[in-house]
Amino acid sequence: MVTLTIPEADMPPATAPEGIPAGIGVDLDDSPVRELNQALHDAVDGQSWTVTSPGGKHSLAVGIDADVDVTIEGHAGYYAAGMHQKGRVTITGNAGVGLAENIMSGSVHVKGDASQSAAATGHGGLVVIDGNAGARCGISMKGVDIVVGGDIGHMSAFMAQAGRLVVCGNAGDALGDSIYEARIYVKGSVASLGADCIEKPMRAEHLEELAGLLAAAGRTEDPAGFRRYGSARNLYHFHVDNSTSY
Amino acid sequence: MTLTPIQQDIPAQVPVQELPAQDIAALGLRESATFDRATIADIQRAAATGVYDIRGWGAKRRVPHFDDLLFLGASMSRYPLEGYREKCDTDVVLGDRHASRPLHLQTPVTIAGMSFGALSANAKEALGRGASEVGTSTTTGDGGMTPEERGQSRHLVYQYLPSRYGMNPDDLRKADAIEIVLGQGAKPGGGGMLLGQKITERVAGMRTLPVGIDQRSASRHPDWTGPDDLEIKIGELREITDWKTPIYVKIGASRPYYDTALAVKSGADVVVVDGMQGGTAATQQVFIENVGIPTLAAIPQAVQALQELGVHRKVQLIVSGGIRTGADVAKALALGADAVAIGTAALIALGDNDPRYAAEYSALGSAAGFYDDFQDGRDPAGITTQDPDLASRLDPVAAGRRLANYLRVLTMEAQTIARACGKSHLHNLEPEDLVALTIEASAMARVPLAGTSWIPGAG
Ligand SMILES: Cc1cc2nc3c(=O)[nH]c(=O)nc-3n(C[C@H](O)[C@H](O)[C@H](O)COP(=O)(O)O)c2cc1C
Repeated sequence: MVTLTIPEADMPPATAPEGIPAGIGVDLDDSPVRELNQALHDAVDGQSWTVTSPGGKHSLAVGIDADVDVTIEGHAGYYAAGMHQKGRVTITGNAGVGLAENIMSGSVHVKGDASQSAAATGHGGLVVIDGNAGARCGISMKGVDIVVGGDIGHMSAFMAQAGRLVVCGNAGDALGDSIYEARIYVKGSVASLGADCIEKPMRAEHLEELAGLLAAAGRTEDPAGFRRYGSARNLYHFHVDNSTSY
Repeated sequence: MTLTPIQQDIPAQVPVQELPAQDIAALGLRESATFDRATIADIQRAAATGVYDIRGWGAKRRVPHFDDLLFLGASMSRYPLEGYREKCDTDVVLGDRHASRPLHLQTPVTIAGMSFGALSANAKEALGRGASEVGTSTTTGDGGMTPEERGQSRHLVYQYLPSRYGMNPDDLRKADAIEIVLGQGAKPGGGGMLLGQKITERVAGMRTLPVGIDQRSASRHPDWTGPDDLEIKIGELREITDWKTPIYVKIGASRPYYDTALAVKSGADVVVVDGMQGGTAATQQVFIENVGIPTLAAIPQAVQALQELGVHRKVQLIVSGGIRTGADVAKALALGADAVAIGTAALIALGDNDPRYAAEYSALGSAAGFYDDFQDGRDPAGITTQDPDLASRLDPVAAGRRLANYLRVLTMEAQTIARACGKSHLHNLEPEDLVALTIEASAMARVPLAGTSWIPGAG
């Protein structure tokens, strides 16, 4: 069992009363990750969990499928909030490789930096990184929205299929290489664009969409300061004239 | 193409290649071994189109294979089992190393991963029906899990591929096993491919892609590289599924000794090794024919790795790539595999390359027995297509029954051989039961050349 910081008898009811956060604490110095995740898989909607001493451990809060609030106080290792489905996960420190990989819905918020492949293959939901993200941010994204406060590394949005990636800082090399239908907004510089990724005009609907994403991420940047990138759709079909692009 | 007869005395309306071989030779025409007609046609096709040839099926060149091995059978010092009276068990447990819910199959012949998209929904359903009838598993593919397939498959293995098309935690939890795909024998180091003809609305929706594009899947996983990362990735999948679900790692046979050892080290419950003859739905021909090593060469290397780590039979080994008969099954098991997987043979059992569609194969520029254009989506047998009219030709119930029949035959054939070797379980077959017909097969399979005690390269 997870070591609870409140006695079992005082456990919050299945549905937390309005306005009263049902706080359950798990200290990973005392409990293994397995117990944390099992407890989160057994959690019920409305609960609020706080994880202390995460110590950069891997696979924290993965596969959550209940409408819960989870705060990880400190740094998380690989695949934090992987395959997230419901509720909110907040990491107050940094996150390792594959943060919120394959997220389906719900939201994940990292207050520090995130390593490589943040939100990789995400199908939905919102991932917010207040700091920087490493290489391959949003790789193969399939519908997730990602908002990065700082910079992102090279090969980000590689083969990005759907969803939106917002970068308030700068983007590294080969942004959006082989991109499909995802949309990328960058405020700062782009070191280089990948194959078949081009700058596209910012129309009213894009400014509106971007404003919504920035607001959802709690950011104050002006959408007018961003540029938009997306697919030229030239590589959608194998063609002899594209042979040097692959 | 039609050759122009160069000799005056040949009636112009008879194409030379339709004449009997001796008549061609009598004309003084000699086919080049290096530039044979298929090679010439390949060059002509490349020159005309500027695009490499993409096709389905597996390697068509001859490589050392199970045909090059023989069983010794019982003799004075080995007692056979009575063919129809004494029991020879065939069941296999897969994934009991770490998973609390391992698979228990009634036959060691499983159905390999083939995607909905590459195959029609009816074909997937038929695979599920046939496999479930005999108590074995089917496997999803590059494109996610369909309800038809989950519904019809008693044991369903869910592939975790670089593309992650359709990947989601609900299906992950519904799966009876998870197969992390690093590679495929037909194309170790290559990603998937699905051409526009097959990207219908449903397929595109499942993969989050625009309808009709030529899909190219990634060849590397997006969020891990190398065995150290893989160990963490396996840990994540176990956490998500609460350590219930077996986790397989599938590799294309290239360096199976190291890959198997690293898969074990990374925490796999089951290792799947797919040899170079393994089938594919769509890959560049140059890739299919020139990358990877034969199934026969891969098995002993994988088994050696498992034995050295002390996990042979604890981490199970599934072998695929060119399994056709119960003899192939028995030989793979005797060399140390716990189970096999079939792709191409299963499609043939469903109805692929059926001579009843001869006229239609011919209209597509192919022939029954040669058809390999799985990428093209116009399969007359309704298997490798997304065209609703073609797909409706395949009755999933009847096709499922044919597959079940075939799986039973494979199992009974393997039992026949095992009993003749005196084994009361298919898993009791061992390399000692085998000899090789050729020096190459002997060296690769590490069993002696028939009539000798010689294994080239050993000791
Ligand atoms: C039509 C078709 C589709 C396939 N799709 C996949 C796939 O999605 N993922 C995968 O790992 N292997 C795929 N394979 C390879 C099979 O899983 C298996 O490795 C191979 O077919 C075994 O060799 P065999 O065809 O000689 O039995 C496919 C094979 C075929 C014939």
